[in-house]
Amino acid sequence: MKKLIIALAASAALLGGFSTGAQAQEKKKVCFIYVGSRTDGGWTQAHDVGRQQLDKALGSKVETPFLENVPEGPDAERAIERMARSGCDLVFTTSFGFMDATVKVAQKFPNVKFEHATGFKAAPNLATYNSRFYEGRYIQGQIAAKMSKKGLAGYIASFPIPEVVMGINAFELGAKSINPDFKLKVVWANTWFDPGKEADAAKALIDQGVDILTQHTDTTAPMQVAAERGILAFGQASDMIAAGPKTQLTAIVDTWGAYYIKRTQALLDGTWKSEQIWDGLKDGILTMAPYTNMPDDVKAMAEETEAKIKSGELHPFTGPINKQDGSPWLKAGEKADDGTLLGMNFYVEGVDDKLPK
Amino acid sequence: MHIELEKRARVSTLFSIFSPLLALALTLVFGVVMFWLLGKSPLGALYSFFIEPLLEVWSLHELAVKAAPLILIAVGLAICYRSNNWNIGAEGQFTIGAITGSILPVMNPEWHSPMILPLMLLMGMAGGALYAAIPALLKTRFNTNEILTSLMLVYIAQLYLDWLTRGPWRDPQGYNFPQTKSFQMEAVLPEVLSSGRAHWGFIFALVAAVALWFMMRFMLKGFQVSVLGQSERAGRFAGFSARRMVWFSMLLSGALAGLAGISEVSGSIGHLQPSISPGYGFTAIIVAFLGRLNPLGIVASGLVLALTYLGGEAAQLSIGISDKVSRVFQGLLLFFVLSCDTLIHYKIRLVLAGAKAAEVRS
Repeated sequence: MKKLIIALAASAALLGGFSTGAQAQEKKKVCFIYVGSRTDGGWTQAHDVGRQQLDKALGSKVETPFLENVPEGPDAERAIERMARSGCDLVFTTSFGFMDATVKVAQKFPNVKFEHATGFKAAPNLATYNSRFYEGRYIQGQIAAKMSKKGLAGYIASFPIPEVVMGINAFELGAKSINPDFKLKVVWANTWFDPGKEADAAKALIDQGVDILTQHTDTTAPMQVAAERGILAFGQASDMIAAGPKTQLTAIVDTWGAYYIKRTQALLDGTWKSEQIWDGLKDGILTMAPYTNMPDDVKAMAEETEAKIKSGELHPFTGPINKQDGSPWLKAGEKADDGTLLGMNFYVEGVDDKLPK
Repeated sequence: MHIELEKRARVSTLFSIFSPLLALALTLVFGVVMFWLLGKSPLGALYSFFIEPLLEVWSLHELAVKAAPLILIAVGLAICYRSNNWNIGAEGQFTIGAITGSILPVMNPEWHSPMILPLMLLMGMAGGALYAAIPALLKTRFNTNEILTSLMLVYIAQLYLDWLTRGPWRDPQGYNFPQTKSFQMEAVLPEVLSSGRAHWGFIFALVAAVALWFMMRFMLKGFQVSVLGQSERAGRFAGFSARRMVWFSMLLSGALAGLAGISEVSGSIGHLQPSISPGYGFTAIIVAFLGRLNPLGIVASGLVLALTYLGGEAAQLSIGISDKVSRVFQGLLLFFVLSCDTLIHYKIRLVLAGAKAAEVRS
């Protein structure tokens, strides 16, 4: 029996040896770890589309294994370590909650390079990358103010972290630039990825009378609810037009592909450096889905704002801006700096919600 | 026509010993078919699923990390279920244990005494036990269904943790991100060996399993559990109190779930955050039944279930099969174990509609 086990183990090891031997043709491994399903129609799908673009562009030089549905926490640490050990040269960890796990594994494997999306902890072999989603949300706010009959929109938020608070504020500022009395209601779903909860949040907001819906969660469930109830909505992370052909006004589309290709090319060239990258509309890391279901003048306005943000003429967080309680925050003409934005934990005037603290 | 399960007069000893192995074999056979249908080499897939994670030391450590909370919770649940108390809320007791155990490091980050860790573990157990005391009280006092109350308390616990980590316990230097300060060195459950991440939580799990096995096998308390579980009336004739058993089993399983919670937070995570468990408290129910409610069987089933998680990852990376496959595997395994066990005790009988009608008439 013992001999049999040894023989089995040996043949199994041989099998494994062959398979890795066949793969190792000097190809670099660029690995991805996802918090959700890569067919979620939103955040994770946007990253996976980027991965596929990378595969297409540099497929002869790299392979791109991935792990999906990895929970944030100790499981993430194990999954990332497995990637480092399985020979990944560059690992993209694509959720905020992977931050500490990425830091720990990066310390253990100094020869492997890591990039963490939307976080703030870096190391010589750990870069961070993020997108100025708030630029797109400002445009959405303007469209909402034009399209809403009641001057009231609903926002499905995930977690009260600066990233999300910043998006809510940008939306409200955009709306107020058109309609100074515009109000925004917020529901905290306390999840990134949960179609059931997201749909419930959407229903709750619609029952409170909002006629425009936007979201900072990952799935198309809110878009579907909006479509059923016959109101308008904005897509998030991916173009969600398929879930609401008559509903989606536009969507903030995360276009990570170009970034992934750029960084992988740097890895191949040996010029990869740890950087803290925060790109926006002008860099192409973020694009707006086609402006649909709106009159031509609204569309023209949106396109104009988009162009102004790209050229740098317009910064969404430009004073005068008051905080929610009416106290002044930015003086006329003053622009918020990146540090303030990245640590933002207060609302601007007009947001009809109490920020969970 | 319908199907009926009829109790067998005699249960085959041979089959009751081999039924878990038979179930495992059936799972493997179906696994091979599934991989073959997916167009993957079945041998390679099974290899990366079940063998690869066992070949490296670090991976064995990860297996222990993953299995520890499952075993610790499941052995407590086994006592509950054997005594006919249906605690479904281990996930909540796990969460509350993690919270009460974390009070010391969160409130006193500058306290560097070696006393802190034992106190944390005790407070974690106390927290889990007290949280399980709520459904126990409701059941003994008002005859409330503990399945419902314990389950609903899970959501309260999770939201309470959510509120704590976003609110009063949030790290002020953490950019508003929802987590507490990292625990000080002295408050971190140490690793057992320097070769990997497995921490003392795994040792606690093994000790708990052996101790409860001993109790069930050799102690009066264990006998009480079995008797009251099989027939409360018989237990009463023997002078055993069903009410006391509710308290005993609920507090015990709550304390063990709480210990699992604080061990996981202190040993694997290092701080509190809104989500600390990928559903260990619920998966442990599966583990308990796979181990046939026997504490030593649960050690084995906990390791097997942990292996399917690790194997799922390994297979995703090396041969690119979806992570859903590992869930299908877990489902297959549970299905075959339960059906094998059922068919040992029962046989299937086809009842023809006509026959039934005749029976009724006569």
